[in-house]
Amino acid sequence: MSKDRKEGFGFETRMIHAGSQPEPVTGARQTPIHQNTSYVFHDTDHAASLFNLQTFGFIYSRLTNPTVAVLEERIASLEGGRGATACASGHAAQIMALFPLMDPGDDFIASNRLYGGSITQFGKTFKKFDWRCTFADVDETENVRRALTPKTKAIFVESLANPGGVVSDLESLSAIAREAGIPLIVDNTMATPYLCPAFQYGADLIVHSTTKFLSGNGTSTGGCVVDSGTFDWAANDKFPSLSAPEPAYHGLRFAESFGDMAYTLHSHAVALRDLGATMAPMNAFQTLLGIETLSLRMERHCANALAVARFLENHELVAWVSYAGLESSPYRDLAKKYLPKGAGSVFTFGVKGGYESGVKTVEACELFSHLANIGDTRSLILHPASTTHRQLTEEQRAAAGAGPDVVRLSIGLETLDDITSDLDQALRRAAS
Amino acid sequence: MSEPLTYSDEFLRGILAGVRAIAMVGASPKWTRPSYFAMKYLQEKGYRVIPVNPRAAGQDILGETCHATLAEVPGDFDMVDIFRASDAAGESVDEALALKDNKNIRVIWMQLGVRDDAAAARAEAAGLSVVMDRCPKIEYGRLHAELSWGGFNSGIVSSRRRRVRIL
Repeated sequence: MSKDRKEGFGFETRMIHAGSQPEPVTGARQTPIHQNTSYVFHDTDHAASLFNLQTFGFIYSRLTNPTVAVLEERIASLEGGRGATACASGHAAQIMALFPLMDPGDDFIASNRLYGGSITQFGKTFKKFDWRCTFADVDETENVRRALTPKTKAIFVESLANPGGVVSDLESLSAIAREAGIPLIVDNTMATPYLCPAFQYGADLIVHSTTKFLSGNGTSTGGCVVDSGTFDWAANDKFPSLSAPEPAYHGLRFAESFGDMAYTLHSHAVALRDLGATMAPMNAFQTLLGIETLSLRMERHCANALAVARFLENHELVAWVSYAGLESSPYRDLAKKYLPKGAGSVFTFGVKGGYESGVKTVEACELFSHLANIGDTRSLILHPASTTHRQLTEEQRAAAGAGPDVVRLSIGLETLDDITSDLDQALRRAAS
Repeated sequence: MSEPLTYSDEFLRGILAGVRAIAMVGASPKWTRPSYFAMKYLQEKGYRVIPVNPRAAGQDILGETCHATLAEVPGDFDMVDIFRASDAAGESVDEALALKDNKNIRVIWMQLGVRDDAAAARAEAAGLSVVMDRCPKIEYGRLHAELSWGGFNSGIVSSRRRRVRIL
């Protein structure tokens, strides 16, 4: 059974089936874990064809692996993209996404509300590659336009920002990127393709930390870069890695030889080859299992999160709640537009009494796990200022929504009443 | 810009399963050219690919002699695969239509980025099947789950077990 690509199968069908046909030799229905590094060539001519990228196939698992490839196709399908490249973590995905675009001395523009770990990677570590990041308050899209230079190669935002309740206006940002002849890169980790089809709103590339909602159980770190296949890399001379002759492949031009497959092929054949941040097959398998239930989990994550946000908003010991699903959120309209099925399950709130009460609340929880992750079946709690956003300056923390009184929640799938009861007892113990 | 073209998987499968010999117009002897990639891959899949290109006429490309024109290709071929700019594709289509009964040509395939709606209409009116703006290598790989190995979205969902030949 197959349908035209345009017509396509439904999202839930693709969560379970995309990329995963029965293994033809044995008939195994679930995706086999190919715990294997290298693949036998038929003969030297076959090997040469593979190394020259003239035929499809496997050489070495640093580049491609059959289990990882199933995950790549599944995420590409769910995002509605042309192809995807899985890698070792979300941070690896961010390097991988920029690698084909950036040369030393180039710059890109990123939201100043990104996850703190991204701000540190972009602002500090990327300097070692002479990749320059300009952070901008992207709520005012004019700020982005002003930050553009002739060497700007991308705009990078989160569809829904971690830690709390900020939604990016993807269509306006996409218009600026288009005008400048550069891609819009969207981190879709917090929203997932189920809540936000970012390519439909103008994203050209999507990155994921698959560690979060995609794998869903807190078992496996991973990342993924998805290419829409619609950006023309040869339209200007900004992206020579894709449009100019590639010396390691005897002068082959990726954009010319591979068309809409150029970016994803480059990511495997050049970026993974030389950066080496490969995803392990076991992690790909665990992530595939997670994705099989993505829509069901996201529905419950969102329903629980909205109920907990409302509970906290009415709680006498809570100063404020920042959740884009609440009527009180300044991002409510953007959330309605870009996240109509729900505003995710990660958000922040402020405890009355500031820093000390915030820390005490975190430590008083019994059901919530105090740890630095999001997107787990378990409810998670964290004080960003002292953990994930610790490396930032005070101003950066304030801009990123991680000030001293801020507590971050990732609402899980436990019984709702147990989740709110735990928060209630923790807030009361912290105040006593 | 005209509407993007859509072809059903069944239609493309039918073409790729029925065709044996392909005349490739615009084939190149340089191994970094896309036509060389496609020719080599299609040969590996069991097709006979005959290169046609006046600038490489008489040269050997992947074990096949290159001919200057379709008319000079000896023997029958089922499909003409056109690696030329869109504005030159119509000329190759008309050349193929003039030879269709003589050479038993049944399919006109224009490569990725190559499209000439008027030439396609002429070929279809003459009873030929036409594919435009696609690559037979990519479509073969997509329909046989090889494209998926590179992390590409094949658009295919199937719980049928494929039959494979085990030597």
